[in-house]
Amino acid sequence: MQLDIAFIIEKLLLISVILLGSLGIAMYATWAERKVAAVMQDRRGPNRAGFMGLFQPLADGLKLFFKEEIIPDRSTRFLFILGPALAMLTAVMTSAVVPWGPDIVTENGVISLQVADINIGILFIFGVVSLGVYGVMLGGWASNNKFSLLSSIRAASQAISYELAMGLSLVAMLMMTGSLSLREIVEQQHGFWDGNYFTWNFFKQPLGFFIFLTCAFAELNRAPFDLPECESELNMGYHQEYSSMKLGFYLFAEYINLFISSTVIATLFFGGYNFPFMDQVAASVSPVLFAIICVLTLLTKAICIILFFMFIRWTLPRFRYDQLMRLGWRSLIPLALVNMVITGAVILWVIK
Amino acid sequence: MGVYEIIFWFLTVMALSCALGVILSRNPVNSVLFLIATFFAISGHYILLNAQFLAIVNIIVYAGAIMVLFLFVIMLMNLNADTEPQKNRLVQIAGAVSGGTLLLVILAALRTSTITTLDQTSTDIGLIKNLGKTLFTQFVLPFEISSVLFLSAMIGAVVIGRKETEKEA
Repeated sequence: MQLDIAFIIEKLLLISVILLGSLGIAMYATWAERKVAAVMQDRRGPNRAGFMGLFQPLADGLKLFFKEEIIPDRSTRFLFILGPALAMLTAVMTSAVVPWGPDIVTENGVISLQVADINIGILFIFGVVSLGVYGVMLGGWASNNKFSLLSSIRAASQAISYELAMGLSLVAMLMMTGSLSLREIVEQQHGFWDGNYFTWNFFKQPLGFFIFLTCAFAELNRAPFDLPECESELNMGYHQEYSSMKLGFYLFAEYINLFISSTVIATLFFGGYNFPFMDQVAASVSPVLFAIICVLTLLTKAICIILFFMFIRWTLPRFRYDQLMRLGWRSLIPLALVNMVITGAVILWVIK
Repeated sequence: MGVYEIIFWFLTVMALSCALGVILSRNPVNSVLFLIATFFAISGHYILLNAQFLAIVNIIVYAGAIMVLFLFVIMLMNLNADTEPQKNRLVQIAGAVSGGTLLLVILAALRTSTITTLDQTSTDIGLIKNLGKTLFTQFVLPFEISSVLFLSAMIGAVVIGRKETEKEA
């Protein structure tokens, strides 16, 4: 096994760009969330720091950094610190398997815009998502606060319940694609119209998409499923005892998760970096420019989905906990199973 | 010693020390965390064997689901080192005897076995395509039977859960 220095440097560069990019987008997602809320509630939103409040995320970050760091006396110190660290780690790990753009073919070789093209890409995402619950659980338990504990247990049971429906909804889609690699799934959705039908998976699996989207809301702890942060019942949530940047990491991790999962949804169901008439565009511009256009396409799709998440948050009221569980176990899982059976029948008898 | 060996020994040491941590740590939450680290080390071994599917399923199922439930129960019951019940002498002796017997059996089994050297040529047997084909052709009957087993366990759990709520109502 030989180490290829150029390869490692290329990957490190790519990882840094993706990390910084997701951090930046997550930062401005907090700003966008406030602006969207303001628009929907007929307010102005943040408008003091910079033009249209564009420096507001920086000011918030600075404020969080300079706050006093308090570790409760009766907390389990190591786990208390591990909690936000794990939340942040699992939030950024998913970005490794997302194909951000097509390969750039130059004279010196092929540059891939994906950190790792593993043949089990979707399962990797599932693995990381299922680990994401540890950050919340450990933080809530280590705080030694009853409300934090209740909240973290809520978060864990919600995440586990919705992971099932999420997996089942994807199984139907995977039966269509026949591959677990995200790169192959994206390449199958090339263009927009293949002569007979749409290539994007959204048009092949509409029901699967809606189940997946609902589960994504629950996995992200976003309204209407933000029960772990239900202030009226739990004071604040699992991060009640946290202060300063450790609280910041928890809140920030949620926005990174929001961005990455929007990217994953765009990749799985809306063709990733593909766009209509891409072959004509590819023929007329240089490969590098084409790759940039593709990346921007993916980012545009992801931002549209983020905005959709935000509109929903400020439109729908919060569910009750038993309603949440009933929806997950009694509606979504049977629905996903039915979707799976129908997909199987269609593949067997219609498509062949 | 190449990169492969270094990773192999690192993972082995990590797996063994974390497994020791599971049984030696006083706090049950720490035990669970050590167990999760052990699963990660074992998944690393799977990846070294080019069995990516097994590696990730190991993480999803054990680290991601079962260990969360373990943690769940421990947190809900608030098990701490000081609430640990005092074990009586008889239980300790029984534990030592059964553990010693197990060790003896393992030693006897190991004595006759030969240790094959590590084969570093990559195989594709652990990839999901080959695994799926093997499971649904050669081993389809055991596979289906085990799924029925899981189903019965699930139904059993639901039945046990239902009875109590009916009594209360």
